[in-house]
Formats: sequence, structure tokens, C-alpha cells
Amino acid sequence: MTSQPPERVRVTGPPRHPTRRRARTREIDDQTALGGVLMASLLRAQLRLAIGLLLPVGAVAVGLPLAFHLWPSFAETEVLRVPIAWLVLGFAVYPSLAALGWLYVRRAERNERDFAELLEIAEGP
Amino acid sequence: MNSAPSVVAVVVVAVATLAIGTWGLRFSRTTSDFFVASRSVRPGLNASAIGGEYLSAASFLGIAGLVLTFGADMLWYPVGWTAGYLVLLVLVAAPLRRSGAYTLPDFAEARLGSGRVRAACSVLVVAIGWLYLLPQFQGAGLTLNAAIGAPSWIGAPVVAGVVLVNVLAGGMRSVTFVQAFQYWLKLTALLVPAVVLLMVWVGDGATAPTRVGADAAAWSLPVADGGGSGLYLTYSLITATFLGTMGLPHVVVRFYTNPDGRAARRTTVAVLGLLGAFYLLPPVYAALGRVYAEDRMSDVLVLELPRLMVGGTAGDMLSALVTAGAFAAFLSTSSGLSIAVAGVLGQDALGRSRLSGVSAFRVGAAVAVVVPCVVAIAAPDLGIARAVGLAFTVAASTFCPLLVLGIWWRGLTDVGAISGLVVGLLGSSVGVGHAFARTEGTGWWHALLSQPAAWCVPLAFLTMITVSLLTRDRIAPDVNRFMVRLHTPEAVALDRG
Repeated sequence: MTSQPPERVRVTGPPRHPTRRRARTREIDDQTALGGVLMASLLRAQLRLAIGLLLPVGAVAVGLPLAFHLWPSFAETEVLRVPIAWLVLGFAVYPSLAALGWLYVRRAERNERDFAELLEIAEGP
Repeated sequence: MNSAPSVVAVVVVAVATLAIGTWGLRFSRTTSDFFVASRSVRPGLNASAIGGEYLSAASFLGIAGLVLTFGADMLWYPVGWTAGYLVLLVLVAAPLRRSGAYTLPDFAEARLGSGRVRAACSVLVVAIGWLYLLPQFQGAGLTLNAAIGAPSWIGAPVVAGVVLVNVLAGGMRSVTFVQAFQYWLKLTALLVPAVVLLMVWVGDGATAPTRVGADAAAWSLPVADGGGSGLYLTYSLITATFLGTMGLPHVVVRFYTNPDGRAARRTTVAVLGLLGAFYLLPPVYAALGRVYAEDRMSDVLVLELPRLMVGGTAGDMLSALVTAGAFAAFLSTSSGLSIAVAGVLGQDALGRSRLSGVSAFRVGAAVAVVVPCVVAIAAPDLGIARAVGLAFTVAASTFCPLLVLGIWWRGLTDVGAISGLVVGLLGSSVGVGHAFARTEGTGWWHALLSQPAAWCVPLAFLTMITVSLLTRDRIAPDVNRFMVRLHTPEAVALDRG
């Protein structure tokens, strides 16, 4: 007599995560409230970074001509025999702009890494 | 004066350009190669190419002449042209690449879902492109005239011819190699003579340029003459150049050649470095010109200065080198602009015809080059940097608000965008009309009309925002999905629509 052995049943405890969390990428794909919050946080971080960087540039662009307009003698102040206006506009601006750009790229990529990590954390069980 | 070295230099640059272009042709096969080099250009090469394309006749010849003639307030031109890249990097670079669109009209249509906005953008791309091509062609005439004594109408067809052959042959892929080569050529062509001339200047006793002439104080002051209206002119120039860069068609189209948003950012930083290195040089020529040359030379100062200061065979050789650089400047900028305009003409004006993608692009390229070439021969000479400045004003008043609001504000609607574009175009056209009418003058009215950017750009922004708020029901339904596409890094697996 050959009888089939009873089907094996795996015994487990009650599930530790009663409601399995959905992947956060799905939250964004489905445009849920949480997805909206995640996107808004990324956008806010990037926009804050952009404005924080452009404000000082704008302040210099507005302030320098005004300063030269109000105090023409300031422009003639010489450093190393070069008038300060020429030193700033002909030379110093360029390395400063490149440095600002480099700083921006580092910060912007960090914001994006943070965003990616935020999504990945939630994708685990 | 012996012009043989200059003739040889021009021929060598033209032949090298064609040779590199033909070599690049071996890699150009598909429509995607023609339009955006199949989006596979690495940051290092791409940054050189962008630098090569961006440094036009206005940078190579115009700045030195303007600073010599008008003084230190013209230093804001190169500063603004570099700072414009920082603004572009911070607000536009990565999102624009991630939008996945070929051209500015593509971007506008994808963002706003409107054929009308697309059509308006196409018209604007062609208008700005032609406005920018015009001074390149005129500058070519000027250079060939100054360097080898050729009649000045001949420059435009020569440059147009070389550009056309190159663009027709290989499109974006081959032009990328050509332009990367031309950046380094331009830098060398300005750097080597500058070093020699500085040594001559030191040998002559190093007269301070800011102490020459009766108007020395006004010349070295970086604010335009005329009190309050002069300050306005300086601000207007700053507004146009800082914000106009992002809206130039040949600059924008380059961003689509990056592999992804991250590469687009890194490319832009490298460009900032390359531009900064180059722009150190034109003011040197202007300052030396103050000591050795006369105000009248203006646009040909850079070409004439080596002969004036060195003379003999050495002077002729240096002159030839500078001429080669200037010629490279016309070729590279004209190529980039022609590609951008040809892309739009090929897609929007000819896309619905029976021509295939590549043929439509080629027909578009022919139209893009021939029209401004004819105008350049017929129209009055506006001064290279001035005319280029106008293109920046139009771009800052139209595409800048469209891009910035489109990328960072969900609320932009198609009606709002069109209203803003129309207001910006009308406002900036005042400046263009003013320049072509060649009215001279001083005072507030003249300042407001000739440099409209400072009032026109805010007005365009304000119009776009106000009208969009009034037409809130027209916000594109898939705007959230599009924002995901613009702002999230490609590495994250998301549905980008």
C-alpha cells in the first residue's frame, strides 16, 4: 500500500510586518500623497541650493556697478598697480564663478544621492 | 605688411575644419547622430566643444574692441557671458537634459502639451539664431578685409560655405570634434600673441593703460557714461548676458548631447573653467590697445595689434595666428547655430513633408545658413558684440522665463507661456529695431529703448506668472510626471512618462 505522504507545511510565526510597506518608487509612480511629499522635498532642496548660490552672485552684480557709480574713486584704488575694478572684472570673477559651479555640482549631486537613499530605505521589507 | 601668412592661416583652418568634420562623418549614421550626436558625448570633449562653439566673433574680436572704445564697463560682457553659464548650470542644465527633448520647441511642447507654444518657440529659435549668425558673417568679412585685404562681402559666403559643407556632411557628431579642436585653437591664437605683446610692453617701460589719455578716469570705470541712465545701461547688459545664455539655441541644443543629467552638470562646470581661461585674454588686448593703438580700430584691434607692436615677419606671423583664431571663431559658432536652426527647421517646417529625417535636416541647414549670409552682405554693420548682445536680450526676454518657470513651477500654463513669449519678444524687438535704425543719442529714453533687457525680462516673467495664475484650469494634466522626469536622477527607477 502506497499512500502519499502528507504535503509538508512550513510553519511560521505571525508575519512581523502585518502590512508590507510599498516601495517608495511606487509612491512616486502612483502619485500618492507620500510620493508628492518626497518629490516636493527634492525640488525644495534643489531650489534652495540654486537660490542660495544665485543670491550672492546677484548681489555682486547689483552692488558692484552701484558702488562704482556712487564712489568712482573706489574703482581707481590700485592693488599691485592694477585698478581694483580691472582686477575684479578682468580676473578675479572667473575663478570665483568656476569655484561656485564646482560647489553647486557637489551639493546638487549630494541632494540627489539623499533622495535616492530615501527611496531605497523604504524598498526593503 | 605681408599678408601671405594670414592667407595660409585661413586656408589651414578651413581645411582642418573640413578634414576633422569628414573624419567625424565616419561615426555619423543615424538621425540621432545628426541632431544630438546620439547623446553620447563625454563631459571633457563636450566642454571643449561647447567652449569652441560659444566663443564667437564677439568674444574673440568684439570684447577687446569694445573695451578699447568704451572703457571698462564693457568688461561686463565677458563676465556676463561666463556668469550666464553659472545661471544655466544652477537652474537649467540637468533638468533640461533629463527632459529628453531634442530642441527648445520639443521641451516646450513636452512640458506644456501645446502645439502653439511649440510653434512660437520654433519661430524664436530661428529668429535668435539668425540674429546671432548675422554678426558672425559680418565679422568674417571684416577679418578677411583687415588680414588679407579681401573685399569685405567675401567673408560671409566663405564662412557660410565651409559651415554648410561641414553640417551637411556630418551633423552634430562631426561638428562636436571640430568645435573641440577650435576651442583650443582659439585659446592658443589669443594666448601666444598676448604673451609676446606683454613682453614687448614690459620692454617698452610698461606704461599703465589706465593713465593714458585725457579721459583715463572715465575709461577705467566699469559703469557706462551718463549718470543714472549709464547705470541703467550697465544693469541692462548684466541682465541680458546673465539670463540670456540659457536661451541661446546653439547652447541649449548642446545639452542634449550629454549622456545624462549628471554629465550635463559636470560638462557645464568644465565649460565655466574653459571660458574663464579664455576671457582673461581680450581685456589684455584692450589695455595694450589703449597704449599702442587708437580708438578707431575697434573690431579689428585684436588683428592689428601684433603688427603695430611687433612689426616685421614676427608681427605678420602673430597676426596670422590671431587671424586663424578669429576664423575658427566664426566657423565654430556659425556651425553650432546652423545646426540648432537646421534642427528646428528640419523638424517643424519640413518635418511634415515627405523628406526623411536626415534630408529634412540638410534642407533646413541650407536655409539656416543662406538667409543670414544674404542679409549679412546687405545689412548695415552693427558692431559684432553689440549685435550679439541683442540676441542675448531676445533670449533673456523669452526663453529664460519659459525655461526657469517651466522647470521649477508647476503652475505655468500654455496660455501664460505664450503671453510671456509675446511680451518678451515685443519688448526686446524694440532694442533690435533701435539698433538697425542706427539712432544715436543719450539720456533715459535712448537707454531704455536701446537696452531693453532690464525692464523687458522682469515684464516677461511677470506676464507669464500672472496669466498662468489666471488660467489655472489649463495646467498640463501630466505636469507631476514631467517634474519627476526633470528632477530625479536617472539611476532611480521611476516612471518618467
